[in-house]
Amino acid sequence: MTNILSITSLSNITRSEGDPKVIHSGPSSRGVPDSLAKALGWFSLGLGLTELLAPRRITQALGMEGKEALVRVYGAREIGSGILSLSVDKNLGLWSRVAGDGLDIATVLTALRSDNPKRDNVGIALALLVGITAIDLIDARSSTARHSRKVGRQRSYQDRSGFPRGVQASRGAARDFKTPPDLRHAPPLAAVSQHTSAA
Amino acid sequence: MRALVWHGKEDIRCDTVTDPEIEDGRDVIVKVTSCAICGSDLHLFHNFIPAMLPGDVLGHETMGEVVETGRGVKGKLKKGDRVVVPFTIVCGECDQCKRGYFSVCQKSNRKKHLADKVFGHATAGLFGYSHLTGGYPGGQAEYLRVPFADTTVQKVPEGIPDEKLLFLSDIFPTGWQAAVQADIQPTDTVAIWGCGPVGQMTIRSAILLGAEQVVAIDNIPERLEMAEAAGAITINFDEESVVERLNELTEGEGPEKCIDCIGMESHVTPTMPDTVYDRAKQILLAESDRPHVLREMIYVCRPGGLISIPGVYGGLVDKIPMGAAMNKGLTFRMGQTHVQRWTADLLRRIEEEQIDPSFVITHEVPLDQGPEMYRTFRDKQDSCIKVVLNP
Repeated sequence: MTNILSITSLSNITRSEGDPKVIHSGPSSRGVPDSLAKALGWFSLGLGLTELLAPRRITQALGMEGKEALVRVYGAREIGSGILSLSVDKNLGLWSRVAGDGLDIATVLTALRSDNPKRDNVGIALALLVGITAIDLIDARSSTARHSRKVGRQRSYQDRSGFPRGVQASRGAARDFKTPPDLRHAPPLAAVSQHTSAA
Repeated sequence: MRALVWHGKEDIRCDTVTDPEIEDGRDVIVKVTSCAICGSDLHLFHNFIPAMLPGDVLGHETMGEVVETGRGVKGKLKKGDRVVVPFTIVCGECDQCKRGYFSVCQKSNRKKHLADKVFGHATAGLFGYSHLTGGYPGGQAEYLRVPFADTTVQKVPEGIPDEKLLFLSDIFPTGWQAAVQADIQPTDTVAIWGCGPVGQMTIRSAILLGAEQVVAIDNIPERLEMAEAAGAITINFDEESVVERLNELTEGEGPEKCIDCIGMESHVTPTMPDTVYDRAKQILLAESDRPHVLREMIYVCRPGGLISIPGVYGGLVDKIPMGAAMNKGLTFRMGQTHVQRWTADLLRRIEEEQIDPSFVITHEVPLDQGPEMYRTFRDKQDSCIKVVLNP
């Protein structure tokens, strides 16, 4: 990857002359599942907004007039999935998209009736939904595998005390340290008792 | 040169960038021999710290060799000197520096106008930690320009490996200050939330300072095991109630000292509903930080006790039980670390083998594997606790 994003170049106006500036960009910490999650997140936001703002167009195209309220609810759900997919909790967002796909397919299937004049559109919508579901499922599984801790492969750190002289010898080894006056807290109980009895 | 560069949320790359240049007489250029990824770098990785820009070089745990000096350094540093570079840049001349409050140095933040608007008054310049703290390029790179170098860096002797000295740049003094500002007494129970790198250093500092009981809280088994290795009592919050166990360990009185080594990104789990609430608000930009640990500490801390906060917070928190804090008369101490206040003393303790901070290193890789290691560290994969990068 040798292209420098224009925004990176633009941000150089905030840097001083002697600050390093990007010449060539290397591979990103973001993997393919992460980039796909980002794309799907933006797709969710777009679709969700369409469902919220123009539900009638969708119901008319599918012969599902009267279901506008349901489409709006699905739109809100889609926006939620989109926000999650774009966040650091992307796995949750992706799996919520998979669940949402199931709901969408079940709902659209109800319009696959012989008396529906828009039956062809319903078929196309179902084909698209199945395709998107497959992409969502693949990405949810890849992203979960990429970001999960592997169970049962734990290293042992029981010998890492950090105390070359051993734990027991180290307890209180820094008692020579005098807490600076500005960081002292409540006096020890003995000191308070002495002060009280003296008074 | 090569450097780890921030390009956006979860997007870090090992880029080729121009070499840093001396800009001021008090600058030096350091050839980096070792650097590390800090837990607080993950807040940048997640884009939770405002004012990061694509193209910013990351990293604030760095050491190396001086290869070029400005004219104003006046012999205090010379080519070939081996130095640890603390993450706080300090002028050494302002009122705050003279008091030892180096992390709020009044002169080193070159983007003071930004910080004044966000924090009310600017704090010190930091390496690789957003434009709020000066927008200084960081040290996860082959070379680093160090401003105010004569008062910022700590010279270190030859003969001690980098791995033992590197953490003088941040996590060791941070853990130390967290414990010192808790003014630990021999009768104290010190509860420490978070067994990441700073938590591990805080545990060792509390043990060295002579706490009666040190209790470490986390849910990652290998991190708890590392805490236990230092003599801490451990609580896995997935398996038992933190509050109940702490009360049990203190005969119902609660710990005298509570230390938050987590900061703004508390673990989110349905078993602690406030964490889900915080995460939802955070996603909706209605709250920037997740303060579950603060709430729990205020609740469980003994009246008259002290809360020490080395964990990084970036903005706004919600539902803090101030009533409990006020009525219990708790003392709060917090802040970025005044690294230069502690480094000389801690260097002596390393030389005297009171502690060997290299115990925390679990991964050591070349710089170009840095982007991948950010992910490994964030996802706590491969038992990762601390990553050291070799440029």
